[in-house]
Amino acid sequence: MASNTEAMRFRRPWSEQELLEQFIKGKTLALARVISLVENEAPGYRQLLSSLYHRTGKAKKIGITGSTGAGKSTIVDELAKLLVGRQQTVGIIAVDPTSPFTGGALLGDRIRMQDLGLHKDVFIRSMASRGSLGGLARATREVSVVLDAFGKDFILIESVGVGQVALDIAEVVDTTVVVLVPESGDSIQAMKAGLMEIADIFVINKADRDGADRMAVELQAVLDLGRRNNDWDYPVLKTEARHGHGVDLLLEHIDRQRDYLVRTGYLKKRKEELLRAEVRQLFSETVREKMERRLAGEGSLDEVIADILEGKLNPYLAVDQLLERVKGAEI
Amino acid sequence: MERKIRVLIAKPGLDGHDRGAKIVAGALRDAGMEVIYVGLRQTPEMIVESAIQEDVDVIGISILSGAHNTIFSRVMSLLKDQGAEGQILVCGGGIIPQEDREKLLAMGVSRMFGPGTATSEIVEFIRQSIGEGMGEAQET
Ligand SMILES: Nc1nc2c(ncn2[C@@H]2O[C@H](COP(=O)(O)OP(=O)(O)OP(=O)(O)O)[C@@H](O)[C@H]2O)c(=O)[nH]1
Ligand SMILES: [Mg+2]
Repeated sequence: MASNTEAMRFRRPWSEQELLEQFIKGKTLALARVISLVENEAPGYRQLLSSLYHRTGKAKKIGITGSTGAGKSTIVDELAKLLVGRQQTVGIIAVDPTSPFTGGALLGDRIRMQDLGLHKDVFIRSMASRGSLGGLARATREVSVVLDAFGKDFILIESVGVGQVALDIAEVVDTTVVVLVPESGDSIQAMKAGLMEIADIFVINKADRDGADRMAVELQAVLDLGRRNNDWDYPVLKTEARHGHGVDLLLEHIDRQRDYLVRTGYLKKRKEELLRAEVRQLFSETVREKMERRLAGEGSLDEVIADILEGKLNPYLAVDQLLERVKGAEI
Repeated sequence: MERKIRVLIAKPGLDGHDRGAKIVAGALRDAGMEVIYVGLRQTPEMIVESAIQEDVDVIGISILSGAHNTIFSRVMSLLKDQGAEGQILVCGGGIIPQEDREKLLAMGVSRMFGPGTATSEIVEFIRQSIGEGMGEAQET
């Protein structure tokens, strides 16, 4: 079969300076490339984030989570259209799971965001969850930092609402919208998956189907029993996103929730908490990386392992020994 | 974090048949790649804009409609306008007459896969082409 080796390869490496220049000029290509570097934890990515950090702090971050096929992408699409109608710029991060067996992922959320991709004020990025504990929270946080620095007014993060993925995303956003469908048992599923704890706003999508009203009543009843905050009402809304119905109302509630966060001082408190967690995580990661590199370099690890195998040492004493060796050393 | 090969799979044109594109997308995912599947009725503008935003290594276009010459030449020129020329591997699948095949390659399309190509061949081609550039791809 004919093939063309001429055209092959490829990625012109950019210097950091060039990349930053293009980024600051608002070039999509540079934005996309910075996101990849951050996502891949490429060498120097932290320095890149550090140079961009002073540009951040403006974006409003909204998480849209819920069961597979609930209509999250359709809702995100409608929300983004309303936002650009208000002259707001929008960044979208659509997270889909990585297959634990192959490490690959099929990212299909753009299918429901067709017209949006060409809008000059909208940038959509699909992201695979890529596994590693806490890694998704880091990656989405840092990608949202990049979009914020690029100047996006709103950042919408779509993710499937199961277990750790949903919890990780909730850590990154200011407002979490949980999307359910009228199908039987979905509200119970939501409780099991821990979605009740992270939701600020509930949406029952596909309200054209039977059971939406009943489910709204049920859900409201459960919520009335177990509120996290007495001064927020945890609204339950019905939408038919496929035809855009109800999404304008959803946006009103998102605005209202934001006002509430600002008015009560919760937003500030929350940002402070998140920052504390972020710096702690960064610090311990950095220390760990440096220490591990040292250990690997010195061959101390191999030594103690050999000793343990010979019965001269145990893992607990080994750690003490290793600590002794790195003590006082420059980290 | 290990770098993943990212591929955009698109199906332009108005005919509503994307079984082939879906099979390829699934095979690439199973081979450990991150596949952005954008589905049907894609214009060259949509394809290129998505490819840039997603920072993909590969664009795969499935064409049955016979409009391959116009679509590929438009895709190539849009990539050039965006400054992404030669930085993304562009390949396609579909029934393409031999003479057109040559034309497409001359435009900078890397490879055209005919109907009935084994998915393993596509996986291998992408791995080899991108794998080589992968080392330097970790710029900055
Ligand atoms: N009946 C009905 N179908 C809808 C509605 N909103 C979306 N859908 C359909 O539901 C399907 C899934 O919609 P998506 O927006 O892709 O759902 P999602 O939650 O993003 O799906 P995943 O990302 O795959 O988890 C599509 O076929 C939509 O057309 C609605 O209000 N009513
Ligand atoms: Mg989706």
